[in-house]
Amino acid sequence: MNTIRKNDLLLIGLGIVVFAVLQGMMTEGLIGAFWKLNIFIICINIILSASLNLINGYTGQFSLGHAGFMAVGAYVGVVLTTNFHWPFLLALVAGGAAAALLGCLIGLPTLRLNGDYLAIATLGLGEIIRIVIMNIQYVGGAAGFTGIPHLTTFPWVFFVMLFTLIVVKNFVNSTHGRACIAIRENEIAAEAMGVNTTKYKVIAFTIGAAFAGVAGGLFAHCFYIINPSSFTFMQSFNYLIMVVMGGLGSLTGSIAGAFVVTFISAALASWPEFRMIIYALALILLMFYRPQGLFGYIELTQIGIIQRLKLKGGHK
Amino acid sequence: MDFASQFVQQLINGISLGSIYALIALGYTMIYGIIKLINFAHGDIYMVGAYIGFFAITMIHVSIVPALLISMVVTGLLGMLVERLAYKPLRQAPRISVLITAIGVSFFLEYTSMYFVSPTPRTFPAVFDNVSLHFGSFMVNGQQLLIFGITFILMVVLTYIVQKTKIGKAMRAVSFDVETAQLMGIDADRVISITFGIGSALAAAAGVLVGVYYNSIDPLMGIMPGLKAFVAAVLGGIGILPGAMAGGLILGVIEALVSGFISSTFRDAAAFAILILVLLFKPSGLLGKNTREKV
Repeated sequence: MNTIRKNDLLLIGLGIVVFAVLQGMMTEGLIGAFWKLNIFIICINIILSASLNLINGYTGQFSLGHAGFMAVGAYVGVVLTTNFHWPFLLALVAGGAAAALLGCLIGLPTLRLNGDYLAIATLGLGEIIRIVIMNIQYVGGAAGFTGIPHLTTFPWVFFVMLFTLIVVKNFVNSTHGRACIAIRENEIAAEAMGVNTTKYKVIAFTIGAAFAGVAGGLFAHCFYIINPSSFTFMQSFNYLIMVVMGGLGSLTGSIAGAFVVTFISAALASWPEFRMIIYALALILLMFYRPQGLFGYIELTQIGIIQRLKLKGGHK
Repeated sequence: MDFASQFVQQLINGISLGSIYALIALGYTMIYGIIKLINFAHGDIYMVGAYIGFFAITMIHVSIVPALLISMVVTGLLGMLVERLAYKPLRQAPRISVLITAIGVSFFLEYTSMYFVSPTPRTFPAVFDNVSLHFGSFMVNGQQLLIFGITFILMVVLTYIVQKTKIGKAMRAVSFDVETAQLMGIDADRVISITFGIGSALAAAAGVLVGVYYNSIDPLMGIMPGLKAFVAAVLGGIGILPGAMAGGLILGVIEALVSGFISSTFRDAAAFAILILVLLFKPSGLLGKNTREKV
């Protein structure tokens, strides 16, 4: 068995342990309803930040339209489960596929733009998606879509999250992922080495959009109602904050970023008037002292102490 | 009202809205031109400007022009303070961290003002009797004339500062190449600080004018116009002053026409759609120069 497969098994094993502990605590009532909901949201946010990291962190393309893809997945998902009574899994996959298709269609022309121009174009596209949804009466327009079945359970969010992390991790470690990283490091040099830059940018963008769509589906089935105002560009900013806070191009960073951001905003929920002020200050201070994010470009497994533990624990 | 006169009427409304976008966009484009930062807090600086104008009129009972000047000076200083405290320590940091800091500053300004002035919208006092001039079947009201006049004066002053004065020359030099400018003896930090001051003062003027035009201000009023102004700056070619002016006016006119003839719910979508179309065919904006990327 090669190392990549071994690492996957390790990740799955670790995931199952974490899952069992959390699930146990939930059934025993050690985690109240408020924190249970927040654990759901943390898992969904990890999916979103990991998929955005693939675009922004690994491929180096500045996308600010993630909430738009999430909205597409959410709305396709809820229409399929509520109006057509599709099974949840199929609805999630269909939502992801719709977001991926849109991501691919949008990515082809816009990924020619670079840097800040791409950022503002994707931000605009996200807003256009939201405004179009707001004007479709079939899905409730600005008032929102109501009567959604509550299908998202803890195993769903947790294992979809685990699946996302494994896919993103293996993609990044594959030939395609290396091509994406090459584009991030230097687009011209990558092209000179024979990397088809447009192709890989669109692939990364499409995969990112697909997972955003799936996360949207999970998010929508957590509550009984969704409306377009949950998917504004402020949400895209939020996911960007998670990615940058954790560290661009670090998957463990994305997990940490999603966790920290969601945790801070949940913990401050009892002081609504100071919540955003403290959050803003935390953000600014973090950027002062860790401009590269919590993890920088490093994964947790590459940090010295863990490497040393591995060496000591190794039999060979 | 027939089609032609309705068109002209929407055009007038569009130009007044566009002038406001242009004023905010100028600050965006100047700051971007000089330190390559999308200053997402700029929309909130505009909101603060509107509130300072509001308090100047209601509390110290000055008329509109002194209120405008007070607001511009105070907000200009606030912009310099924000730059000094939040962006200057990050001069060597990756650009994306500065961007996240800008988002943080934006949240900070929004919610701190919400804490101090309460989230409910305030009615901006009527500063002068509503006069309106009728030209045939369409009309221009006093507020619109005020917007045209102030915007025109500010743009002339800004063009003079940037093109003719010593500090303007230094600003152009720094935006061209920071390191070389420093080698020529220009104090880049001072120039950047002044750029933030001027940009914030322009945004404050826009804020006061919006208060006069729409009669209502609230702590989150800066989000959408801030974003639109950035769209305007990119539309015209970011970093180029006439581009920001043109981009703002075009955006305002398009929005007015779309909300007048199609539907006001689509006006934001129209603004973004136009932006994307322009970028696809001319990636550096309408007035931007196509620069070849060098290896």
